[in-house]
Amino acid sequence: MIDKQARNEEYIAYVEKKSPKAGWAISLFHAFLMGATICCLGQMFSDIIRSFFPMLDLLTLGSWINVIVITLTILLTAFGCFDRIAKFGGAGTFIPISGFANSIASCAIEFKKEGLVFGVGAKMFYVAGPVLVNGVAYSLIVGIVYFIIGLL
Amino acid sequence: MKKLGKQTYELSKPISIIAGYGLVGRKEGEGPLKNYFDDIENDDKMGEKTFEKAERKMFYKATSAVIRSAELSKEDIDLYVGGDLMNQLVSSNYVAENLQLPFLGLYNACATMTESFIVGSTFLETGGPSNVLCATGSHFSAAERQYRYPLEFGNQRQSYAQWTVTGVGASVISTKQKSSVRITKFAIGRVTDFGITDIANMGAAMAPAAMETLSTFFEETNTNQEDYDLIATGDLGKLGSDILKDLMAEKGYDLETNYIDCGHMIFNIDQDTMQGGSGAGCSASVFNSYILKKLQTGEFKKVLLISTGALMSTTTNQQGDSIPCIAHLVMFEGGVQC
Amino acid sequence: MLEALLMYLKVIFVGGTICMLAQLIVIRTKITPARILVIFLMVGAILGGFGLYNYVVDWAGAGATLPIIGFGNALANGAISAAKTDGFFGALSGGLIATSAGIAISIGFSYLVSFFVSSRTKKD
Repeated sequence: MIDKQARNEEYIAYVEKKSPKAGWAISLFHAFLMGATICCLGQMFSDIIRSFFPMLDLLTLGSWINVIVITLTILLTAFGCFDRIAKFGGAGTFIPISGFANSIASCAIEFKKEGLVFGVGAKMFYVAGPVLVNGVAYSLIVGIVYFIIGLL
Repeated sequence: MKKLGKQTYELSKPISIIAGYGLVGRKEGEGPLKNYFDDIENDDKMGEKTFEKAERKMFYKATSAVIRSAELSKEDIDLYVGGDLMNQLVSSNYVAENLQLPFLGLYNACATMTESFIVGSTFLETGGPSNVLCATGSHFSAAERQYRYPLEFGNQRQSYAQWTVTGVGASVISTKQKSSVRITKFAIGRVTDFGITDIANMGAAMAPAAMETLSTFFEETNTNQEDYDLIATGDLGKLGSDILKDLMAEKGYDLETNYIDCGHMIFNIDQDTMQGGSGAGCSASVFNSYILKKLQTGEFKKVLLISTGALMSTTTNQQGDSIPCIAHLVMFEGGVQC
Repeated sequence: MLEALLMYLKVIFVGGTICMLAQLIVIRTKITPARILVIFLMVGAILGGFGLYNYVVDWAGAGATLPIIGFGNALANGAISAAKTDGFFGALSGGLIATSAGIAISIGFSYLVSFFVSSRTKKD
């Protein structure tokens, strides 16, 4: 049994060495480029909105940017171009809020064949669920901790 | 049937492959083997509403075409063996319902084609049935939504990933009719697990299984790679087949000259499939078109087909278990006098 | 004008670097994108919980809010400010209220889109 484990470890190390690593520098660059582009777009929308509504507070402004980027992402997903963009951008597309929107939209589109209840309804959060669940859990923890600190 | 060793058997009756049919999707039809496939389906949904229905339709088309090209009718087929990658083998089940043939559903993931040949020829050897239909296939989009992510989900594929082949391969094997291609020996694989857990790196997970089966077959038949015109693995991809070459070299077998991998050769490099094709339809469609045609002309006299299958489920994979793999070997002889 | 240009440089720097970092993790480790999203979200919530990330947001604007770290930060910030004003009930509802617009539009618009669009096979 120990023999088998040693064999597996040796094999896994060998596979690790053999697997192609080429092109990782270029993919980092792509991620940087795509992330920067999406964030710049967001900043641009924010500047435009602010020029119309100079009194808008930062939080609402942030929500507005999110809503715009999310809407654009879902549109691109619906037209079938987002997976192409993501293939180029990698983390540059899934780390900004666009990745969250794309994961919800792609699941909704994909699982509509299983019906509105068990398809779209149940599987919409197949990929995005972990983000939402963890996010809400963290905000609860932070909120409750602050509430307790406030009591003291 | 003669037992040559723990895993290897030699068939005593002449079992002929009287017809083969390889049907593939559009992307495969743009690959290097496009002139060999019997049919290329350009519409990925085949006019159906879902990808699952499309896979089913591919099966209907390939099975009825192969029965026709064997110059038989449905009534002449005694047994239908085969499987696919869908949960509960749904595609094959619907096809079996449609064909109304006695049916044995098989699952060995991507090794199902050779498994079908083994089960089919064993039945023929008993003298019971005289014509057996073997059919295996897979569909990229149906597999993707079952095993991985939604199709419109944006993610980058790892550089060692493979692409599930959209394709169905079907053959009719028979003891009643003779043809120039025979199944003569086979080796049943053992499940092999070298501890790979990365679901994207199928080639590396499956290569040890192929090595075990192939080297056992060489030992138990007292042969080596030079005794065969072609040694073909199912869907190891480029990385997996490089690993297999290394593993076989350690055992003292040199696979540099007459070895191919169906997954590696079904796509061009510029088709962006990373390491090549995978899936039950990969070795099935490549064997039933490219390899079978060359066996029929006698260009290949002795061919070993080793389909490899990764036997994990999405559940075990998420629980962090390693990927158990299997490889079955079937030996074909071509250009035989009828 | 120069100020605006400088702002965009900051956005590019922060947004790009966060994404590049995530890509580095994708390449160098076996951590899947979904897990990286959760990790980055957690980092955002922790930084937000200590009130540190708001400095980055002030400095780099959309470059800091759009990446998922900003989402985590918004959740934590919302919970904190609501806990200050509405007490325990605010601590429960604040995070979701702060991010509700983004979540609602994601769900609602995806739902709508799913009536009109079916998934297509990837070409490459």
